[in-house]
Amino acid sequence: MRYSGAVLSVSGVTKRFGGLVAVSSMSFDVAEHEMVGVIGPNGSGKTTMMNMISGAFKPTAGRISMKGRRISDMPAQTIAREGVGRTFQLVRLLPGLNVIENVLSGAVFGHRRRWGRDAEDFAHAMLERVGLEAMSYAPVAQLTYIDQKRVELARVLAGEPEVLLLDEWLAGLNPTELETGIELIHNLRDEGRTVVLVEHVMDAIRALCDRCVVMSAGKKIAEGTPDEVLNDAEVIRAYLGDDDA
Amino acid sequence: MKPSGWQELLLAALFAMLAAFVPLVANGYWLSIAVTAMMYLALATSWALFSGPTHYISLATGAFFGIGGYLVGSMMSDYQLAFWVPLVVAPVVAALLAMLIGLATLRLSGVYFVIFTLGLAEMIRNLISWIQNNFLGSRGLYVLTDLRDQHIYWMLLAVAAVVYLLGWLINRSRLGFALRIIGNDETVARHVGINTATAKVILFTTTGFFAALVGAIIAPRWSYIEPNQVFSPQLSFLVVIMALLGGAGRLWGPLVGVIPFTIIWEWVGVQFPNQSFLFMGLAFLLIVYVLPNGVVGRIEQLRARLREREA
Repeated sequence: MRYSGAVLSVSGVTKRFGGLVAVSSMSFDVAEHEMVGVIGPNGSGKTTMMNMISGAFKPTAGRISMKGRRISDMPAQTIAREGVGRTFQLVRLLPGLNVIENVLSGAVFGHRRRWGRDAEDFAHAMLERVGLEAMSYAPVAQLTYIDQKRVELARVLAGEPEVLLLDEWLAGLNPTELETGIELIHNLRDEGRTVVLVEHVMDAIRALCDRCVVMSAGKKIAEGTPDEVLNDAEVIRAYLGDDDA
Repeated sequence: MKPSGWQELLLAALFAMLAAFVPLVANGYWLSIAVTAMMYLALATSWALFSGPTHYISLATGAFFGIGGYLVGSMMSDYQLAFWVPLVVAPVVAALLAMLIGLATLRLSGVYFVIFTLGLAEMIRNLISWIQNNFLGSRGLYVLTDLRDQHIYWMLLAVAAVVYLLGWLINRSRLGFALRIIGNDETVARHVGINTATAKVILFTTTGFFAALVGAIIAPRWSYIEPNQVFSPQLSFLVVIMALLGGAGRLWGPLVGVIPFTIIWEWVGVQFPNQSFLFMGLAFLLIVYVLPNGVVGRIEQLRARLREREA
């Protein structure tokens, strides 16, 4: 891992929904070419954290910046153009568009914008990259769940983001698909991409993440390598309750 | 709306050329129907530029159309200005208004947007009637020009052709692709980096501009303008019905809906003058249940099924 300063920096970020504090003064950095896992029990605020980075929500307090530029007060489309690309927890494709058009949407409007032949070639390349080139002209409704997730990943990659947010990209896959999925993300890691991933699958976290941030009830309770945090007493307590700690 | 190729543009140009000859062969009754059809064609095609790809159903057409007609009446009658002055001014005024409405309704979606546009159109109608009756004198506004039905027809044809060409260009552009993505999933659209607000406002403003232009061009046909009549909500509904009947998913969809519907509507108006609203309701129901994607959508569906059977 080459370290060249933080690409993405979250500092003191809080999100309140009325009286509920979903995320409470979270801080963490993501270095270039680093794969950081955000883990924690259900309802701990992981997806809210992702939504704030991608601009779906504005933080109530705190600052999120990318390469020193504050992005936390920008609308989602500006953040996307600045170079943050994301997938959704429940896969979101454009149902009226076919596979290649879905990917094209990322290539045309993303961080690096392309158009015409150039955009089409790039979209096909990304589709090949996720192993779905053969389905280019299929309607998305015909795809299996993992293939839909592949299309969504290809769409994000087509925008050439500097930071990739994967929100439970491996959730809902069967064991065989999971293997394929982990391999696919491992390839992204080998390419040296900067990735933040929210994940529940422990095998995937061990295999993929350089570092993990553990959240519980909206707060960061641990940070370190996967092995360190998964053996941390407080993390085990957060996941399993007091008796098992 | 799917991008359209050169072939479609060529066919449209051919159609426009043929349509230009209509006033030479038809006159009286049929020419007047042709004028009405051309008016709805221009309105429905421009309506579909925005509402087709984004699925935002706007019922404000009547408001913009009314601004066109009313400004012609007011400027010619009260200020003795030439016809071309309101012809230029009205679309600009309507476009500005559409832009304001667009900016105000950005956060509304689905049925809320529909209701807002309907309510807004009614508000503008009542406001202008009230101003006209209380401050400007309740006398009528006369539009007296030398323009005859065929001149109005040719002007409307020109507007329809320009709208079509504009739609064709938009469809092939980044903006057109952005609108299709917005119509599919606005959240995804924002997250791939589309400025959804700008795209929607640009298109809504465009439809407002053309609706007012059509309203201004058609004004001389009536000779006498009454705010309650030019701001008719019925027009907004008819435009939606015709566009949906043809199919708003294609640029030439409205054309397929406008021609038969104008003729049927004319017939209904003569046969059952008091039941026209009932008929409009029935037409709405039929389209929603039988042709949710319009005639064009149904044709494409059948074609896809045939292809599957062959494969």
